[in-house]
Amino acid sequence: MASWPQWLHRLGSPREFYRLSGRALPWLAVAAAGVSMVGLVWGLAFAPPDARQGHSFRIAYLHVPVSFLALAGYYLMALAGAVGLVWRVKLAHMTLRAAARVGAAFTFVALLTGALWGKPTWGTYWVWDARITSMLILFFLYLGVIALGQAYRGERADRAAAVLALVGTVNVPIIYKSVDWWYTLHQPATIKLTGTTTMHPAMLHPLLVCIAGFYLFYALLLVLHVRAEILAGERRTRWVRELALGERG
Amino acid sequence: MRPADPLPGPFAALFRRDLALARRHAAEAVQPVLFFAMAATLVPLGLAPEPETLARFAPGAIWMMALLAALLALDGLFAADYRDGSLEQVVSSPQPLWLLVLAKIFAHWLVAGLPLVMAAPVVGLALHLPAVGFAPLLLGLAFGTASLSALGAVGAALTVAAPRGGLLLSLIAMPLYMPVLIFGAAAVRQAVEGLDPSGALAVLGALAALFLTLAPPAAAGALRVALDG
Repeated sequence: MASWPQWLHRLGSPREFYRLSGRALPWLAVAAAGVSMVGLVWGLAFAPPDARQGHSFRIAYLHVPVSFLALAGYYLMALAGAVGLVWRVKLAHMTLRAAARVGAAFTFVALLTGALWGKPTWGTYWVWDARITSMLILFFLYLGVIALGQAYRGERADRAAAVLALVGTVNVPIIYKSVDWWYTLHQPATIKLTGTTTMHPAMLHPLLVCIAGFYLFYALLLVLHVRAEILAGERRTRWVRELALGERG
Repeated sequence: MRPADPLPGPFAALFRRDLALARRHAAEAVQPVLFFAMAATLVPLGLAPEPETLARFAPGAIWMMALLAALLALDGLFAADYRDGSLEQVVSSPQPLWLLVLAKIFAHWLVAGLPLVMAAPVVGLALHLPAVGFAPLLLGLAFGTASLSALGAVGAALTVAAPRGGLLLSLIAMPLYMPVLIFGAAAVRQAVEGLDPSGALAVLGALAALFLTLAPPAAAGALRVALDG
């Protein structure tokens, strides 16, 4: 039985992570698909329609979990960057790259589903609302990390992107607070998204299942992207060559 | 015998060197202000020349144009030193790098930020900014440009060695600039609307203090990363 730091050290090697994640992948995929399917079917087909918004509110079962992960994913990316900078772990930098891509995609889906939800509820696709604007800025922050990671080559790209991700973590709360303050200065929205009533349990429970399901789905996507990063980053090593040739032949 | 140095130490040496370089390239130092004036000319051309319309949009427009001018000026913070190799000397010197970066930020603010603050009243007059808006505009811009120089130093350091880093620098710095724009434009607008702008100005001052504290070590780390390759 290997000790805890040894085990962590071994997991930190891209090759070992590739091997172990390959074994966990089917289980993760089944769990992600299962839980999100239960949540989505429950929410989309069986939860009661909203008193004010009718069936259009059901997009929340996609929109809310995706928005959660868009924000949480930024911190995961920054954490990976910090680990990579401090301990110079190659796998952490690969995780940062993967988290930037997956996070940007989730933020984009959050903006897109928000716009589609806005059309029937607010009568317009886009409102300069505090949370929407914050999400848009978050999307720009993700794109900045991705762009910086592509501007350099090799280790320098990884470390520069990690520094930018860390600078972003200080700025994300400031941006959120300032956009919130900016929005309250302006006229409040004429149509409120939700009333003063909190969510009914019959609607909330499927939403919680959806959030859990999308956390698993995010983990799955992240692992898949990290594995792709490992193969791309280690393409000159023998084990990747053997893997590629072995699978071909 | 030379007179005693009023500002000894590596901070002052780098600070004075940057100011001397700026004085010798005065034509370059004028460019951000020129950009500011020209971009402000776009506002009446693009919106409307009527004084009432301009007065309404002046607080936001002046801040937006000042922010863009500050963004363009960022390129000069480290790029010239990187090209002639002196940045390598700065980074490899035994002095604390964050202190040297702070010296460069201060010099950059004096050369690129302060002229924008001083040009702002003229732009304000041209855009028919109401008289009560001038004091919060000047004070806000003084704090705001300091924040922009500090935050921008991180972006400039990260992109300094990247080929074609200029546009990339704008892309990564602009989202970070947005809180400064929000509070800066709001302070002027509040004053124009007869409200007390001191809250927004206090936040701008706090942001400047925060960014001037946190940005130098972050920019120092970024410089080490960028020059590593």
